[in-house]
Amino acid sequence: MLKLLNKYAEKLVAHGLCSPGEPLVGGVNDAVIWNRPDPRAAELEKIIAALNINSIVCARPAEPFFSILNEHCHRSGAEFVPEDTETRTFLHSIPVARSMTAAEIVPLLQKRKGCVVEGHGVVAFGTVSPEQAFVVFSSIIFSAFVKFFVDYAYSQYAGTPDLVVAAMLPEVLAAYDTFLPAAARVDLERGVFSEEDAIFRAMAHAGQATVDARMVDSFFGNISYFAGDTVYISQTGSSLDELAGCIDACPLDNSASTGITASSELVAHRDIYLEGGNRAILHGHPKFSVIMSMLCFEPACENRGKCHIKCDRERYVEDIPVIPGEVGTGPRGLSSTLPPAVLGRRGAIVYGHGVFTVGTKDFRDAFANLSKIETLCRESYMRIISGPAPG
Amino acid sequence: MHGWTGKILTVNLTEQTTAELNLPVNVYQREIGGKGLCGALLFEHFCHAWNDPRMPLAFMTGPLNNTSSPTSGRMTVMSRSPLTGAVCDASVGGRLGTVLKRAGYDGVLVTGRSEQWCGLVITENGVAFQDAAHLTGLAVSDIHGRLLAAPGLQKGAHAMVGPAAENGVRYAAIVFDGHYFAGRGGLGLVMAEKKLKFLSVSGSLKTDVFDRDELKAAQEEIYRLVAASPVLTGDLGLANYGTGALYDLMRSRRMMPTNNFRETYFESAPSMNAYAYKKRYATKKFGCAGCHILCKKVGAQGDIIPEFETMSHFSALVGNTDLDAVVAANRLCNEAGMDTISAGVALATHAEITGRQMTPAAILTMLENIASGRGDAALLGQGALRYACEAGRPEVAMVSKGLEFPAYDPRGAYGMALAYATSTRGGCHLRAYPVAHEILRKPVATDRFSLSGKARIIKISEDMNAVVDSLTACKFLFFAASLEEYARALQGVTGMRTSAQALLKTGERIYYRERIMNARNGFTAEDDDIPVRFFQESGSSSESIQIAPIDREAFLQERAAYYRIRGLDAQGLPTPEKCQELALPC
Repeated sequence: MLKLLNKYAEKLVAHGLCSPGEPLVGGVNDAVIWNRPDPRAAELEKIIAALNINSIVCARPAEPFFSILNEHCHRSGAEFVPEDTETRTFLHSIPVARSMTAAEIVPLLQKRKGCVVEGHGVVAFGTVSPEQAFVVFSSIIFSAFVKFFVDYAYSQYAGTPDLVVAAMLPEVLAAYDTFLPAAARVDLERGVFSEEDAIFRAMAHAGQATVDARMVDSFFGNISYFAGDTVYISQTGSSLDELAGCIDACPLDNSASTGITASSELVAHRDIYLEGGNRAILHGHPKFSVIMSMLCFEPACENRGKCHIKCDRERYVEDIPVIPGEVGTGPRGLSSTLPPAVLGRRGAIVYGHGVFTVGTKDFRDAFANLSKIETLCRESYMRIISGPAPG
Repeated sequence: MHGWTGKILTVNLTEQTTAELNLPVNVYQREIGGKGLCGALLFEHFCHAWNDPRMPLAFMTGPLNNTSSPTSGRMTVMSRSPLTGAVCDASVGGRLGTVLKRAGYDGVLVTGRSEQWCGLVITENGVAFQDAAHLTGLAVSDIHGRLLAAPGLQKGAHAMVGPAAENGVRYAAIVFDGHYFAGRGGLGLVMAEKKLKFLSVSGSLKTDVFDRDELKAAQEEIYRLVAASPVLTGDLGLANYGTGALYDLMRSRRMMPTNNFRETYFESAPSMNAYAYKKRYATKKFGCAGCHILCKKVGAQGDIIPEFETMSHFSALVGNTDLDAVVAANRLCNEAGMDTISAGVALATHAEITGRQMTPAAILTMLENIASGRGDAALLGQGALRYACEAGRPEVAMVSKGLEFPAYDPRGAYGMALAYATSTRGGCHLRAYPVAHEILRKPVATDRFSLSGKARIIKISEDMNAVVDSLTACKFLFFAASLEEYARALQGVTGMRTSAQALLKTGERIYYRERIMNARNGFTAEDDDIPVRFFQESGSSSESIQIAPIDREAFLQERAAYYRIRGLDAQGLPTPEKCQELALPC
């Protein structure tokens, strides 16, 4: 158990979400143990005692996330509700506590998987593993970040720019630049790969590079390679930086269902391959790409509020299509919307969700395009908020 | 009252009388429905033997039945098991749960014993007893066909027992609407002992919903999560392949019980997987009322395609490589009305003890003889443990508390070892279902070869599934959704203020009560165990996957931790302190 607690404490730091030494991670079997001593532990043990859980994470996020969370707290009542896919699908809403007390936090965690504590950070729990708490922690930060920038752009568009956020922006963006890794040369395998070992190696390296570039959080994102008559794809809930043993081989004819544990996007990946021409797909959640996907200034659109499933406009960030689609299958699922959008393009952005990029031989183009699209989206965003409000 | 009808039908078969039981709303809120209500109503009766006329057989729905809440068509059946002597409940699909609410009842509580075989016809306008002698000796499909053809019963939902129950098979099932089974532990024999051959229900009443918008919002959250679930709606998931989708996975993880759990890898599995059935039988999907996943499969010619457990036990467990024989064995069990898991393990126990290879013909003949109580096979109908004890080889019966194991070898998922042991029903995978996280990676993956920390996970999962069976929703949905979304649905339907964690507390009480019921009947830590084979023999390892024996000491340590977490003493018995905390009599 202690090993797991340390693993996720270290991951929070390694992913840039917390400062070294900050995360406090507790695990419970028949007794509570912590990754390290901390004065907050006593209050957190009251929370543990009041809930049916097996793990808890409590930490003050690194900047700019801490400031962003606090700003949301200032503006919110009992909760705030980002509209990205993470929130819509898994979090539903992000509750806010005003003090680091069990009395205030327990009622919130009785309903939701995590909460923000104003001036303190995030408290999240798991019922089978501290990994759940880590994922919720990470998702809250992601969703809060996206909402912060989306709301600001809309305030600007409405001609009533949020002056508090405007004042915060220089520091927030500077801190975000610190969060992002320095541009490093990434040498991914060249190929067309046909042997399983080579495929797994190439996928593992591309997955690790995507995490290192901070273009995906926690266990979100997925990756696949197409060889012979098989799609090799990361398993559901696997982390792109921990793909060893977490890749499923799924035959195109579905003659084996071993891949039942494959990513929920298997069908979308498979149909992209069946359209022809591609061998590699990389899916990440780079933040400004998600933010840009959620910015639409179409006046009086009848689908407003249902953009994630009903948008019928052709939208682009330069040459990159922005499409609706929910996670997984079904007529509203991105398994239906994504494959035609990617055809003949370097990638697509799914509304509120993330970016899918493709490669014809290996992961080099897919990775490079993921990075380029994120850069493009950040530049586009900065142009939007720097421009004059529409008259 | 919203969600519930507020009426439970009580039936005395001895007197052929009925009455209405009206429970206060706080009881409904405390017990929810299904498993919770069953436990509350049966609690004080568990001193009776399974075949004592005073021992009730309960059929309970939940507040979500007959609403638009996803997978709300299920119900719970509970009594004391003839096979194990322990608590025995089954969550069952089909239409009867929904239709019972439409008839105006939350449940039916049956006591007594009829002199002659009888049926019970329930409608919103009244209840009637019918003679059912003409239905004895018939296969389940014939009984169902005759009920569907009988005047006034055509539109009804039906539950019935088949010949296996008439012939004393201790794992006889109750069959709902021809295809859905309250399969485990011999609930069919309890019903047969009462000489109740069938239950027929029809109705058209609506269930009052407190807040339709709230329910709709919860429904959308649940559907969104289901659509995002590869296990449920992915191309290789349950919607497409049924529960048989798990077959390849169990083989690849080298935890497919083979040759009576002596091995864990079945060479012939690739030719007997869900894809093979789909291709050979041109399967279509069907399923329970109120479900959009539709995990059940039927062939183009009407053959019912076996569920995962049946596929596995009638192939790997008995060393059978004939696909058609699996379908035939499944059909035979269905028509007789008996549990395929227990039947499969009984056959495998027989094969190990006699040293005889089971040919397809031998499998089918043996199943026929078990169902009809003929010859030596009659003893196999008493369960694997009784058969093995009679042969002087109790250690080869792969059971816990006398209930035969399903198709997950615990050496390939250690949480399963603890879950089998602590299950109040016995060798059951559904109480905690650690396969969800140990194999299917939901909600996240855990280390399948470690017992560390599993005690609390098992306890929480047992509590959660107690709630699911009380709601009465489908456990499969919880590969995707959670109590967070279902708490909202429950609130929308009933108006009661609740939350995921409040529901878990409710589940804890429901589950603890079952521990009390078992303890009162003599169950102790000695019964919270699994066969010695799993601690002494390896499974079928490969170069990359070692299937080693489970460390007995680690298992006992984790079981002791489970007792502490659950609030039991070192013997696994309820404590006065915990009973007081949960407001339960000790």
